[in-house]
Amino acid sequence: MNDILFPLAVFFAAVFTNNILLTNYLGMCSFLSVSKELETSAGLGIAVTFVMATTTAINWVVYHFLLVPFQLEYLRFIVFIIIIAAFVQLIEMVIERYSEGLYFALGIFLPLITVNCAILGASLFMVIREYSFMTSFFFGFGSGLGWLIAILAMAGIRQRLRTAKIPLGLDGPGISLIIAGFMAMAFMGFNGMITIS
Amino acid sequence: MLATLLVSVLVITLIAIVLALLMVIADATVGNYGTAKITINGSKELEVQGGQPLLKALNGEGIFIPSACGGRGSCGLCKVAVLEGGGNYLPTELPWISEEEKKNQIRLSCQFKVKNDIAIKIPEELFSVRQFTTKVESLRDLTHDIKEVKLKLVEPTEIDMKAGQFIQFQVPEYELTDEPVYRAYSMASVPSDITHIELEIRLVPNGICTTYVHKHLKEGDTVIVNGPYGEFFLRDSERDIICIAGGSGMAPVKSILLDMADKGSKRKARYFFGARSARDLFLIDEMRELETRMENFKFIPALSEPSPEDKWEGEVGLITDVVGRLTENASESEAYLCGSPGMIDACIKVLRDLGMPDERIYYDKFS
Repeated sequence: MNDILFPLAVFFAAVFTNNILLTNYLGMCSFLSVSKELETSAGLGIAVTFVMATTTAINWVVYHFLLVPFQLEYLRFIVFIIIIAAFVQLIEMVIERYSEGLYFALGIFLPLITVNCAILGASLFMVIREYSFMTSFFFGFGSGLGWLIAILAMAGIRQRLRTAKIPLGLDGPGISLIIAGFMAMAFMGFNGMITIS
Repeated sequence: MLATLLVSVLVITLIAIVLALLMVIADATVGNYGTAKITINGSKELEVQGGQPLLKALNGEGIFIPSACGGRGSCGLCKVAVLEGGGNYLPTELPWISEEEKKNQIRLSCQFKVKNDIAIKIPEELFSVRQFTTKVESLRDLTHDIKEVKLKLVEPTEIDMKAGQFIQFQVPEYELTDEPVYRAYSMASVPSDITHIELEIRLVPNGICTTYVHKHLKEGDTVIVNGPYGEFFLRDSERDIICIAGGSGMAPVKSILLDMADKGSKRKARYFFGARSARDLFLIDEMRELETRMENFKFIPALSEPSPEDKWEGEVGLITDVVGRLTENASESEAYLCGSPGMIDACIKVLRDLGMPDERIYYDKFS
């Protein structure tokens, strides 16, 4: 595959066939706790998409221009984490100042993104899979978008579930996890389309 | 080897410095809300740094809103009415706010951030609520399970309280709790002693605060309390007074009686104290001394199950029976009750049957 098409292929793979949430099961805690309302899920999903795309890009630069030249690759976990944390903090401050609506919709969930393992996961996958800068950006963007689609679907289903009769023992996280499993299987249907390694 | 180590330290430091600088710049620009004005109860005005939670802003100005969790949004106690400039509710406030409270613009002050000029309403009594740093001056066993704790005020050095009010005692982290918790205790000290707070604390099996006080607290320890709170205090009138207490319910009643003696009150007062047997009685000498200081005061301890070795010659029976037997003129008196909910409910019933109107029965239930 040529250099121009590869980032796009990775992008679509990250959204569908290799959805970071449904195939890697990363970012589960906020996926389960925030998917009660469509509106908040959308807000959080967009925030995750934005943070994931930008932090993967920033982390790519830091990794290839700071860590690799000094042979400090082993420090990538801690470096990635503090960069993500600082970045999310900045974004939170900006949103709080300039967009009250978005801040109120996300509220406490913004700091939750800091500890969202999907975001660190995307940065680590980018290193393991030796992506170029463009590919990394599209991979982060696609992973975020995939996460957004998954949480939106989940929120839609859960809004429907409110009026459904659910066996007592499965109510709450139980039924949510079962649904997540079905969704993962559905997304596996895209598997023949594109694959990334 | 050393070189690699140095380089890694340098690179990490560099990254940390760049991020820290970014945060500092953001704090000074994006996070800087300037000063905001808080108008309290339409009269008092405060200038505070914007961007901080209301609870913290008020605290910094010496106004203490009761809060058990210390501003984490997990206790739901620090409610304040924000009349103007409140804006929308945060998702972190909503679990604590009822529909009724929404109509009254009640906000959770630890979550609500002051970003612009606001007007708020708080109960007047909160103006006198302070947080006190104190030192344990003395500890004394009053009975087998009640301890008297005398605290010397360190900062601020004086308290302005009404006899009968309570404070909140902060229990630090220890083996039974992994975060500081607050428990309310009535003050037994007399209001004229403005430099001390006295508490009477009964050991409750596995009680977080009572276990701390009984098993861990030592003389000289630092204790944080805040207060005073409460509507249980002596009303100004000329009516006869009936006080009824059991166990550590002694504390606020003792405070009220000492206050009356201090002020040379001539009101007729009877104090019924209920206990099981002689080993549950305490401060008898102090009460007898009060009888000599106040000619119209009588202390009536009653035992429900005196053991033979008690050689008890006083009143015998349940406190409700003793009160019912010895009370005259109930319809023209007022009553102050303090103790367990069961005891209080039973006593209210007896007093009501004797003709005392409900609005003159004041009580403080220890639950």
